[in-house]
Amino acid sequence: MAKKKFVVGSFDNEDVLFPAVKKVRTAGYKIHDVYTPFPVHGLDHAIGIRETSLHTAGFIYGITGTATALGCMGWIFTTDWPVNIGGKPHFALPAFIPITFELTVLFSAVGMVITFCYLCQMMPFVKKHHFSLRATDDLFVMVIECTAKTNVDDLKAFLTNNGAIDVNVQEAEPGWWFGRYDKDQQLIRDTYVQPV
Amino acid sequence: MAAIKEKFEIPGKMRTWSLALIAIGLLLTIIGFITKGLSSEEHERAVFWGTLLYNSLYFMMICNACMFFICATTLAMGGWDATFRRVPEAISTLVPIFGTIAGLLMIFIVLSDKGYIYQWLDSKEVAHSKMIQGKSGFLNKPFFIIWTLLTIGLWSVLGARMRRLSAETDNGQLSYEQGKSFVWRNTVTAAMFIVWFALTTGSVTPWFWMMSIDAEWYSTMYSWYTFASTFVAGMSLITLWVIYLKNKGYLELTNQEHLHDLGKFVFAFSIFWTYLWFAQYMLIWYANIPEETIYFKHRVEGAYRGIFFFNLIVNFVCPILILMKRSVKRNYTLMTFMAVLIVFGHWIDFYQMVMGSISEQHVTLLSSGWLDFGVAALFIGLMILIVGRSLASRPLVAKYHPFLKESIIHHT
Repeated sequence: MAKKKFVVGSFDNEDVLFPAVKKVRTAGYKIHDVYTPFPVHGLDHAIGIRETSLHTAGFIYGITGTATALGCMGWIFTTDWPVNIGGKPHFALPAFIPITFELTVLFSAVGMVITFCYLCQMMPFVKKHHFSLRATDDLFVMVIECTAKTNVDDLKAFLTNNGAIDVNVQEAEPGWWFGRYDKDQQLIRDTYVQPV
Repeated sequence: MAAIKEKFEIPGKMRTWSLALIAIGLLLTIIGFITKGLSSEEHERAVFWGTLLYNSLYFMMICNACMFFICATTLAMGGWDATFRRVPEAISTLVPIFGTIAGLLMIFIVLSDKGYIYQWLDSKEVAHSKMIQGKSGFLNKPFFIIWTLLTIGLWSVLGARMRRLSAETDNGQLSYEQGKSFVWRNTVTAAMFIVWFALTTGSVTPWFWMMSIDAEWYSTMYSWYTFASTFVAGMSLITLWVIYLKNKGYLELTNQEHLHDLGKFVFAFSIFWTYLWFAQYMLIWYANIPEETIYFKHRVEGAYRGIFFFNLIVNFVCPILILMKRSVKRNYTLMTFMAVLIVFGHWIDFYQMVMGSISEQHVTLLSSGWLDFGVAALFIGLMILIVGRSLASRPLVAKYHPFLKESIIHHT
């Protein structure tokens, strides 16, 4: 895929990050993503990411599990292989409920994990560009996508004025590709920030 | 923080409504007493006293569940409820009042009853039944009365202690040392309350008060079932009062985030209630032992079939389908609707638990529902009146509570 140009600003404080995010958005720049070392409450709203649809997917998986369990047991015990168990009716709903519950939970849990991995583009051997390695340690890294109209020098100055301790420009692949972190990892020297 | 309204003023409308409900309720109760309570027929008398019994127990236990909520969050070091903590506190001031009513009622029934409500008081029945004889060490008058007095007394005393502790946060900024000691004393009192709550609502007391109506039948899950029922109704009650106060322009610091968490509690404990409902039902259905299935015989197959499944729809199907979505738990109108529905639903649950055993053959809610709703109106009127007063008697927000900030910035 085509590489894109990104301006990467690193912040060392979330109190500085929040107003900066707001200003960058009102100035009309397009935020690619913000990488933080820990989950920051309210940041998703500030960046303007839409609500996740993971729970809707979970609900659908759960319903599928319920239907599978009830359908399967119902068919087996009434049509395929009816057995008299303790004089109970063939379609013994109360006895089916625990298994139905378990399958509902299993389907929704496994389905949601897979969906989560898909949405986050996380899989073994799937690799993505790291804009700053210190995003996993102590820096809040805001990545802004450049368009044809973006004036990079203005943007860099804008970020610095709003509290970024380091600003750099990177040409990077925005999507994912197959690779291995342990084999072809190279330290991104130009994103390394000296400790302040 | 100067802008918040701290003092709740009882609106005239609220006073009128509560007094009207009390008047109607009292009138219907008196009519019920004359037509049923003084009736020569044993069954009619049992219906009257049974109706009073389940109403007083239900309303006392949902008010006590509010104190349980406070103690549970205190023990868990939860701070998110600090902005509206005064609401469950105000509701729990009803425990001594409703407790006195329920306690006197039960002691009266136990002392005067010849077995038309509590089966184990019927000497003829006991003489026949080896099972009840075997339980006589537990089901006897002195133990019943002492345990009832202890239960209600300690609930009231420990609840009052929690409220007194909370009053300390009105007077001024707590220093670091004072704050630490405040949290510690809160934790100790809350722990004592929870232990006593577990021994009463969580195990012994519902066996006495309600399960012993069918003295031969027993279910070890019964108390947990009662607890789940009252707790989810209590959370709905807190939600209703919080929304009412928000509507009147109070509780500025409480917002959708808190409503969302209350909604989660209502949702989660509705599911928990269903879990216990189902566990109790399925084991008995599966084992199919006559002495156990007797409880469900007239509920699932007899006169109470409609009530029985209505109970499940209102208390399980509606919450799980409606409250599942996040946007519903953050919506004041829908939460009000659900809270009313659940308080009503668990009232029906208590109805079938008690009256299903007293009046096995016909559903009194359909033949003489005016009495059920009348007694309920009496208790609801008293609740509105007294909760309104206790809300007005203290600041609405514990201004210097150590966890207040945590609650203000609460985010779900």
